[in-house]
Amino acid sequence: MLRIHYADYEALRAHGEETYPNECCGVLLGKKIAGEGNSEAAMNHVQQIVRAGNTRTDSAHNRYNIAPQELVKIQRQARGLGLDIVGFYHSHPNHPAQWSKTDFAEAHWLGCSYMITSIENGNAVTTNSFLLSGTGEDDKKFEDEAIQIDIAHNVAETVAHNQKGQA
Amino acid sequence: MKIHIPTPLRSYTSGLETVSVPGATVDAVFQQLTITYPELKQHLFTPEGKLRSFVNVYLNDDDIRYLESKQGTAVNDTDELTIIPSIAGGIICNEVGSISQ
Repeated sequence: MLRIHYADYEALRAHGEETYPNECCGVLLGKKIAGEGNSEAAMNHVQQIVRAGNTRTDSAHNRYNIAPQELVKIQRQARGLGLDIVGFYHSHPNHPAQWSKTDFAEAHWLGCSYMITSIENGNAVTTNSFLLSGTGEDDKKFEDEAIQIDIAHNVAETVAHNQKGQA
Repeated sequence: MKIHIPTPLRSYTSGLETVSVPGATVDAVFQQLTITYPELKQHLFTPEGKLRSFVNVYLNDDDIRYLESKQGTAVNDTDELTIIPSIAGGIICNEVGSISQ
């Protein structure tokens, strides 16, 4: 499971709308929470997202690449915050929020979450997350991953208040 | 010198984000690293002993592939190595994976 705050979830979707018709990309910082017992799977808990530049300016509408130098800086930033890189996000302009063969071939961060948002005509539509599981390049695979979205206490109160007012 | 390990490889360094390994060159440091943590080797190097194409290694702020002596570059105890797998992808065509949700 991937857990992310509503504000971060909306921010990464907005990033995809801003870069449309090109792909956006970024990094998810947080902590991997170990599962309890045998039945509970581990969870990637996102606590901050970092926008990254797409270096594939030659084909930015259907490719993305984060410069390794930028990744080194982001990993350094995570270390300073006491966080880890737990995943990545990118957008699929005018394509479904499903991983492509290219996404799979170029995915190497085992145990990390890969979020994909479909952007249709400039608007974010669907956001899915896929966990890259396995022990290496030979047996890696993408697994569909549930997304738990946390809503801030004050936002939840506002929503509840508004719903009460409408009742 | 310090070596920073990316999240996916920490299961092979007892969960450590940073490990300290001695060595006079990048090659020597890697050799010692894979002796101390043998399971790392197959994830960093091909069976022929070459650094895997998707594994980037930075000596401080420099990609070792672009250093004059590459993995033979001399290092000292205050230098830091960062191992960082690549991040890339994209649509390319309409071939997509399984549908979820």
